[in-house]
Amino acid sequence: MAKVKGAVVVDQECCKGCNLCVVACPEDVLALHKEVNSKGYHYSHMVNPENCIGCMNCGQVCPDSCITVYRVKVPVAKD
Amino acid sequence: MAELQIQDIIKPENKVYGKSKIMTDTPLHYCYGCSHGVVHKLVAEVIEELDIQEETVGVAPVGCSVMMYNYLDIDWMEAAHGRAPAVATGYKRVNPKKYVFSYQGDGDLAAIGTAETMHAVNRGENIVMIFINNAIYGMTGGQMAPTTMIGQATSTSPYGRNVDINGYPLKITELVAHLPGAAYVTRQSVHTPANVRKCKKAIKKAFENSKKNIGTSFIEVVSTCNSGWKIDPVAANKWMEENMFPFYPLGDIKDGQRDSDEKYSVQKLKK
Ligand SMILES: Cc1ncc(C[n+]2csc(CCOP(=O)(O)OP(=O)(O)O)c2C)c(N)n1
Ligand code: SF4
Ligand code: SF4
Ligand code: SF4
Ligand SMILES: [Mg+2]
Repeated sequence: MAKVKGAVVVDQECCKGCNLCVVACPEDVLALHKEVNSKGYHYSHMVNPENCIGCMNCGQVCPDSCITVYRVKVPVAKD
Repeated sequence: MAELQIQDIIKPENKVYGKSKIMTDTPLHYCYGCSHGVVHKLVAEVIEELDIQEETVGVAPVGCSVMMYNYLDIDWMEAAHGRAPAVATGYKRVNPKKYVFSYQGDGDLAAIGTAETMHAVNRGENIVMIFINNAIYGMTGGQMAPTTMIGQATSTSPYGRNVDINGYPLKITELVAHLPGAAYVTRQSVHTPANVRKCKKAIKKAFENSKKNIGTSFIEVVSTCNSGWKIDPVAANKWMEENMFPFYPLGDIKDGQRDSDEKYSVQKLKK
């Protein structure tokens, strides 16, 4: 058995805070930050990183190609 | 095993998705959440996957995507408003081995450029035509387009589109699907991850078709213009689903190749 774990990197300066990645994430990993970037946008970031499964949904819907997605398979020990 | 740290996951060898190499470093000038950005990226991903960067020529329109040539690192031409399929025709005919695509908004393709659209498809030009239907003239301040929905308020239809005065929204995609020159005609969207993936497949098929010389491939992407519609991007997606999809249903309309000319050839006139 293996479990999939993911993580994303959001290019904060590229992000326009459209929220599309936030609603596309099935695991509620992302949210818009209360801080803004140099352009004044509330950028997206991981608030629940432990939930990320690396499904790429967020990256695929991002109009500004700000998101890079990483994924690994983690072996799970049998009980 | 100790709990996996984020730093252990974020490593080059674990990367599964990122910005296409075909996209340049120029930040997109579009409003936040604009569908244009998603479709640009899909075209870039397809060009990268098919490894045709050196063989691809895009024809950019007039409209919000007028500066598309800044964003994809391929050869480009810029066409006057509505004329992208005519320019693409010329380019493809003198460079038949190239992959040539046009990219246009609804004002460009379905208003001022209607004649170029119909005739390019009717001639069965071996080009890819990408059509961003956001039901509005985005660039010029949200005026009514031929594709604007009945009742939709725009800056030139502040009380909503009225059929008695403005006629019906134009289903130009259904019209071109009837033309014998069309090979592949489909209507897609990019508002959910699943739809983004489907749309990418359609764009890829269209590019592959142009290698096979089987006629015109035409992809409408039902899109949002949150600035023109004056709602936020998430609400715009919902509005599109509820109001545009019933009139502009998603899916393939034609999938094959242009009609054989033998089907229609007449016998020579006898003297
Ligand atoms: C010959 C000509 N007529 C009119 C215009 C003004 N104009 C610029 S963009 C545009 C319409 C843009 O709408 P659309 O094609 O739907 O693109 P969008 O911005 O919505 O993506 C118009 C009418 C022009 N630039 N050239
Ligand atoms: S990769 Fe999937 S689970 Fe992870 S943040 Fe993106 S959408 Fe959410
Ligand atoms: S989809 Fe892209 S631009 Fe929009 S909030 Fe997410 S990272 Fe930012
Ligand atoms: S005006 Fe509309 S089409 Fe133009 S960039 Fe803004 S959201 Fe996109
Ligand atoms: Mg438009």
